[in-house]
Parts: sequence; C-alpha cells; structure tokens
Amino acid sequence: MNVENTRADVIERLTHSGQRGVLRFLTCGSVDDGKSTLIGRLLYDSKLLFEDQINVLENDSRKHGTAGDEIDFALLLDGLEAEREQGITIDVAYRFFATEKRKFVVADTPGHEQYTRNMATGASTADVAVMMIDARKGVLVQTLRHTYIARMMGIRHIVLAVNKMDLVDHGRGRFHEIVAEYLKSADDLGFESITPIPMSARYGDNVTHRSETMTWYDGPTLIEHLEGLDVDADIQNEPFRMPVQWVNRPNLNFRGYSGTIVSGTVQPGDAVVVAQSGSAANVERIVTADGDLDKAVAGDAVTLVLNHEIDISRGDVIASAEGRPEVTDQFAAEVLWMSEEDLLPGRSYLLKIGTATTPATVSALKHRVDINTYEKKPSRKLEVNGIGQCNLSTARPIAFDPYQQIRDMGAFILIDRFTNQTVGAGMIEFGLRRASNIHHHAMDVSKAERAQIKGQKPAILWFTGLSGAGKSTVANLVERKLAGAGHHTYSLDGDNVRHGLNRDLGFTDEDRVENIRRIGEVGKLFVDAGLLVTCSFISPFRSERQMVRELVEEGEFIEVFVDTPLDVCIERDPKGLYKKAQAGEIKNFTGFDSPYERPEEPEIRVDTTSISAEEAADQVIAKLKEMGRLG
Amino acid sequence: MSDITATVRAYADRFKSAHKRQHPLSAHLRTLEAEAIHIMREVAAEFDNPVMLYSIGKDSAVMLHLALKAFYPSRPPFPLQHVDSTFKFRDMIAFRDAIAKELGLEVRVEINEEGRAKGINPFDHGSQVHTQVMKTEALRSAMTRHKYDAAFGGARRDEEKSRAKERIFSFRDGNHGWDPKNQRPELWRNYNTKIRQGESIRVFPLSNWTELDIWQYILEEDIPIVPLYYAAHRPVVERDGQIIMVDDERLPLEKGEKPELKMVRFRTLGCYPLTGAIESNAQTLEEIVLEMLTARTSERSGRLIDHDEAGSMEKKKREGYF
Ligand SMILES: Nc1nc2c(ncn2[C@@H]2O[C@H](COP(=O)(O)OP(=O)(O)O)[C@@H](O)[C@H]2O)c(=O)[nH]1
Repeated sequence: MNVENTRADVIERLTHSGQRGVLRFLTCGSVDDGKSTLIGRLLYDSKLLFEDQINVLENDSRKHGTAGDEIDFALLLDGLEAEREQGITIDVAYRFFATEKRKFVVADTPGHEQYTRNMATGASTADVAVMMIDARKGVLVQTLRHTYIARMMGIRHIVLAVNKMDLVDHGRGRFHEIVAEYLKSADDLGFESITPIPMSARYGDNVTHRSETMTWYDGPTLIEHLEGLDVDADIQNEPFRMPVQWVNRPNLNFRGYSGTIVSGTVQPGDAVVVAQSGSAANVERIVTADGDLDKAVAGDAVTLVLNHEIDISRGDVIASAEGRPEVTDQFAAEVLWMSEEDLLPGRSYLLKIGTATTPATVSALKHRVDINTYEKKPSRKLEVNGIGQCNLSTARPIAFDPYQQIRDMGAFILIDRFTNQTVGAGMIEFGLRRASNIHHHAMDVSKAERAQIKGQKPAILWFTGLSGAGKSTVANLVERKLAGAGHHTYSLDGDNVRHGLNRDLGFTDEDRVENIRRIGEVGKLFVDAGLLVTCSFISPFRSERQMVRELVEEGEFIEVFVDTPLDVCIERDPKGLYKKAQAGEIKNFTGFDSPYERPEEPEIRVDTTSISAEEAADQVIAKLKEMGRLG
Repeated sequence: MSDITATVRAYADRFKSAHKRQHPLSAHLRTLEAEAIHIMREVAAEFDNPVMLYSIGKDSAVMLHLALKAFYPSRPPFPLQHVDSTFKFRDMIAFRDAIAKELGLEVRVEINEEGRAKGINPFDHGSQVHTQVMKTEALRSAMTRHKYDAAFGGARRDEEKSRAKERIFSFRDGNHGWDPKNQRPELWRNYNTKIRQGESIRVFPLSNWTELDIWQYILEEDIPIVPLYYAAHRPVVERDGQIIMVDDERLPLEKGEKPELKMVRFRTLGCYPLTGAIESNAQTLEEIVLEMLTARTSERSGRLIDHDEAGSMEKKKREGYF
C-alpha cells in the first residue's frame, strides 16, 4: 500500500472537499431563551461528545435537568455556574464543533449584569451573531440591545433564531409576526444579511435537521446556513495591511518583517509603504518555513522581505502604496467602557492598536449611547458597560482604517496605566485631522537657546500632597531660593489658576483631571520659555501626574512629594477646609470623600512633620543640585 | 543512533532551509496555525524574558513546531523549560534530550531536589501530593528563579468544561497565582501584555485547537512525537480499570499483579504511574487519527490526576499548575 496515499485519504476524510475553514459565531439572548440548549444540541448532533461525556450528561439530566425525560443539553455547558458564584465578572466561553463542511467556534456569553462587555468581547472575533428569541416572548428590549452591540462590533450577519416554536404550536403566523417586528428596528442598521429561522433547540428542529412539523418553512436549517455563509471574501478585497509585530534578523544577510496580514493580499513585486513614515519599497519575498509564497492573503502570518532597506519597527503598518491607511493623532471612535472605575475625559491611558502602543486621552466625550433605545445622551463620564462617542488624541500618530471597513485596523483597547487592566475597547470611526497636515511652525528661537540665555536647565517642579501638607509654603521658599541664586522662575498654584484659566472647573473627578491637564500644558509652555516652574497642586491621581510628566522631556518633570499624613493636615487645617469637609459643607474633598493616590517613585520626597519648611526647601534645592538640574 | 535521534535529526534538517510543502495545509489548520504564530510573535516582541513550558507531549510538540515556524529563519527567541517530576516515561526524557541536541535549543530542566531527596512519589504519597510537590512547586520555583515574565503553555479550551472560558493571555500575580477575578477581557487579537515587575502571563497559543486538530496537524505537518503515542507491545498491569505501564522497577506491584505484554498506546503523556494507556493497534499517525475519529471516550479519562477531586483543574490552576 502506498503510504502517501493513505495519508492523503485520511486528510481527505478529515477535511472533506468543499471544506471552508473556520466560522466563528456568537449566541446572544436573555436568560432562558435557550442559548445553552442550542449549543449543547450542536455539540451533541455533531457527534463531538464521547461516551463518558454522554453518560455523565444523561445522569445529570435525570438528576438536575429541566427538560423532563429528555436530555438537558444546557447541562453540558455548566462549567460556568461555579464561576458565577466565584464572582468572575467577565466571561466568555468558547466551544468547538465541526460538521463535514466546516469547523465552528461558538462564543457563549452568559452573565446578565456584565452582559454588554461579555458580548462585545465574544463579538469582537465573531463573524455571525445568532440572536435567540423565545417565540412566546417575541422581540424584547434586550434583543435590540444585543443587535446594537453586534452592529457596533462589526458583525455583518445575523441569524434570528426564533426558538421554542414547539410552545407556540409551531405557528407560522407567530414566526412571521416576530420577524416583522425585528426587522422594523434592525433592517436599517446595515447588516449584510438577516436570516430568520424558526426552531426548537430542545427537540432539534431546524438546528441540524429539518423540522418535520414546521413544513411551511422552506429556508435552511441553522447549520446549513452557517456552513454556507461566505465571510472571508470582503476582507481580502480591502487594500493590503500588515502591522509589523517583530523584526526578523537571524543574521546580517536577512532582514524581514513578521506580522499577520489583516486585510487584502500581497505578492512579490507589490509596491508598499510604511503608513506612518510614508517610506516606500517593493515586496521582494514572502518568507515562511514552508517556503516562499507567491501570494499571501488576509489572515496569514508571514515574514516580508523588501527590496531595499527602509526604517521599520514594531508598531509600523506596511500597507499597499495605492490604498494607504490614514495617519492621525486625533480621531473619533465609539468606546465601550469595561472598568468599574469611570472613564474620565482628559485622563491618560495606554492605547493599543494593532501592534502599536501609545499614551492617549479621551479629549471629548460627545455623548453616551443608550443601547436600549439607541438614543444619544449628553454625559461627562462613562460608567462600566457604558458606550460613548468620543474624540481621542494620541501622543504619537497612529495608522488606521475605519473599524467597520477593516476591523483589525480600527480596533483598539485602552489600558489603565497603573493597574494595567484593560479598561476600554474602541472602534475608530474617522480621523479628525491628518497628522501630515499639522506643521509645527518652526520658530527661529529654540527652546535650547532660550534656556541657554538664562543659563539654566528648565524644569517643572511638581509639588503634590494633601491639602494643608505644606506644598505652597515649601514651593514658595524654593522659588525664593532659586530666584536668590539668579534663576529665572515662575510659580503656578491653585490660586492663580483656579481664578482665571480654570475658572470654569469644579472639583469632580472629571474636572480635576481637566484642571491638571491645562496646568500641565501651561507648565510645558513655561519650560519651553526656559523657566524653572514650581507647581503646587494636590493632583490626587497618578495618571494625571504621569500625563504631565510625559508632556515634557525626560528629566524635565521633577515630582516633589510633600508627604504629610492626613491627621497632621487636619490638625494644621490652615484654611479651615477640613472643618468644612467634616461638616459636610465641601464635597469631594481629597482625603475625605475623594481619594489621594500616593506617588510611587517621586524624584524628591520631603517629610514636613520632622523638619521645618525652610529645611524642606533646602532639601529640595540640594536634591536638585545632586540631580544636576542646577549646574 | 536510536530511532528517536534519527527522527528528530531529520526533523531538525527541515528547518535548516525552508522546504516547500507538498500539500496545502487544511483551511482550518491554516487559520489555527496563523493565530498561534501571531500570539507567539506578540509575546516575543513585548516581553523581556519569555519561556516555553515544554512537557514533551503531543501538544508541546505542536507548540514547538509552531515556534520554529513563527520565527523562521530565526530560531525561537526563548528557551524551553521542562519540569521533570522524575517519574516521566523514559522515552519522554530521551525524546526531550534529542530535541535539545538536534534542534540546538536550550532546554532547561527543573527538578524539585528537595522533593526528590525526600523520595516523594505517587505510590506512597498519592498523586495529589506528588503533583503538588514535584510539578506545581517545581514549576513555581523555575518561574521565580529564571524571572520569566511570560510562559507558553499547551493547554486547550476543549480539554475540560472549566477551561472553555480561559483567556489566551492568562494573568498571574507575583506568586504565580491565578486570580479568576483579575483576568482581562480579550478582544480581537489585541492582547494586553502590560504587567508589573514580578507578575507574569501564561500564554496559551493552542487555546482554540481541539484534540483532533492537534492530531491532524501532526499528521499534515509530519511532526515527530514520542513513540509512546504509537501502539506497541508494552509491559502493563491493570489497576482500577486503568492500564498502567511498568516503565521501570520503581512501580510497586501489588499482590498477584504480573506485568503482561499488551498492544497499547497513550493518548496523553505524563508521569507513567499516573497515565492510563489504551489498547490499540494504531502504529502510524494515520491509524491514530482514524482511531480518534471513532473514539468513544474523551482524552482526559486517561489522566488519573483529574479523577482525584471534583473541580481539581480549577484548583490546580489557581496554584499555578497550568
Ligand atoms: N419547549 C422548549 N424548551 C426549550 C427549548 N429550548 C430551550 N428550552 C428550555 O428553556 C430553558 C432554558 O434554556 P437554556 O438553554 O438554559 O437557556 P439560556 O439561559 O439561554 O442558556 C431550559 O429549561 C430548556 O430546556 C425549546 O426549543 N423548546
């Protein structure tokens, strides 16, 4: 027997002709609509269960089932119950089954409270959403909510699974009523296909085999429909994009760029550019361990070799020279918030898009979207599971395409800079200005020159600490001593800023963030002017202090932590503010009903409980000398 | 030259220069392969000190193969780490050493010497204690000593109900513990790789593969695996419905037990006293796959440690076994 033949036969048997790769879908619905039953049924019908698993299932069905004498397929999936008790908040379970034609990955998203972010997570990698509807209940508010999330996450195909048809006498009228009701709201959302199927998950009608009772329905079964759906074609017709993950340099003779192609196709000879820099080259080879390719398509992980050397590193996007992505540092996006801590406009987060990571802030929250009614409502912050239309600005320009056109080129996550948690997910809609259009006017007199004339190294001395800690007192003495030594200085503090520039801001978390952002920008201008600027602000949040740090060059931000314990501040209470806060007359007072996040590694720390303000100021000056800032 | 060495040497030659494939890879495997390669490159690019946890089994063989492909023509930019419980099958150790030598990879071996000195073994101390001391603790100390910040593991979501919701990037705190409440949502293929010093991430590039995918990939890619996966006459005893191989003289025979030669193979490999064999005639990859297609029991029924205690996977995971 020819071995090669046997192998080919086995592979043939495994994959079958007409094999179409993987389809990823997600099931959505309210509790008890039959999601678990449907998935369990799919696993069972596709003969993916082993005898030991079926035995357990039959036993469990008898013991805890809700389906009478029938097998309760929902029990197959109950790994998630225990976890609900443990209080895990984000869970999406992935399950696998295959038919003769295709392999399937199902994302199952239980959990009612955190449903929005769970569903969005599951939807982010899905091609199709199966909307489960209980035929008795019809279209519910939740159905519309799930439909909105599916649309937002870029799902193009909907299956409207009208389930439990056995409980409405398999009635054709009821089915059409539900379909009409659904289409009223979903029809103009722009889905490529909406396919309604009447089914009974418990008995298997129209899931994998055709219903014997609902003979009036002549459409496909769920599986037939999913097997036939073509979802890859679109992305291959988009222009070529490959975010560079890793520069491949085994030796001096080889330099390749490794990455996953996220859209389009590429062939040797194709003209490409680095989106961010505009540098151009031609593709020379498409290297893989299986030999060079004549052509690679969206989804392939490859290594490109170009015909001449240009500057490329991780985070760059190699793109078709003809159809380039936009490059911008300001754009509009839909943001889904996933953290218990609110999204605050102005706060600095890390934004990861493709393989690029950069600091970013939400510069404006235009409105919040009520996903039950699709209404837009004004809002100053986003809470967990909230969805908002935002403008974002990034520290470095990014290359992107609108999310609805090329998912991987418009999808980003936001990461909290201190907890490192993934706190938000965003879908870019459009750019607000092209980075290439922002020409910083080149001034004749440079920052270095201004500093040189003054004979000093400009810097921001940022005094942070509780109210009454002694920030202004120490800062004032420091400025005095600096000026006395012939330095050019300026000082910013609450009084000269709150009454003017920031007159419009209050003391909510959002306003505090904006307050610091503006002060940071002003401080930066003074540094540009060549000055030593002292700033005394409570500045309770690490994120904002970090944001200011990043506005200026390395070494120019010097954090001075005036570390006075709360009880000492309360005792001093120079402005009588703590008394008022205790009496409830001031709201959002730091240390009371508003948090203070201690600096983790301040450049300078002074302890005013053991030394006088004068000594503290001397310490600061000595430290600055030591750091070489006053040379 | 042993068979193992010869097979592994021929395999290593394949990566000296790219070899054009004869048959295109099946569509769904191509997707899974690309996904795993993408994940590995993210880790190589974003972490300072990644490692691949290499258990010598078929999943590790696939994972290593993917790494060899992901960075080609470079070598994988990380070492392999094996945790040796000292009760592995002898063929596994021979295979591991051949992989290290022929492929020129750094394979670090961690043994809990304290446990070994105390003579911790699965017979006298039970499988739970043995696993805890020789596997979980050894892995933890390897993670700490080498200061790994990312570790690839070969676990798959289809292995067990409780794994179905595991992330691909699974966050571990400074004690290598898995806190179910502190896992990050994972959207698109956009993985959050940010951690603080001392924390680490377990990365599972095979998350979306099924057991059948693994076998089909091994078949289509012709990946060498430990011979124990193929049926052969082996000395075995039957215990509590499990077929246990008498791999060396350390296995204490119970009264009346006499090793018998049987045609058996293994669907999963671990410590030999804890791994059940199945009776089989499958001597080639093709036969294994065909047997799989008609298999009636799940892979995990052969792993004794899973039967020990309900919810044991969850517990082990929290302790850092995965
Ligand atoms: N009569 C009938 N009951 C169903 C059908 N599908 C699901 N159920 C039942 O509805 C209940 C809830 O189903 P389950 O799958 O747990 O819903 P989930 O919360 O959406 O996962 C269970 O008792 C199921 O047996 C169906 O097609 N017909």
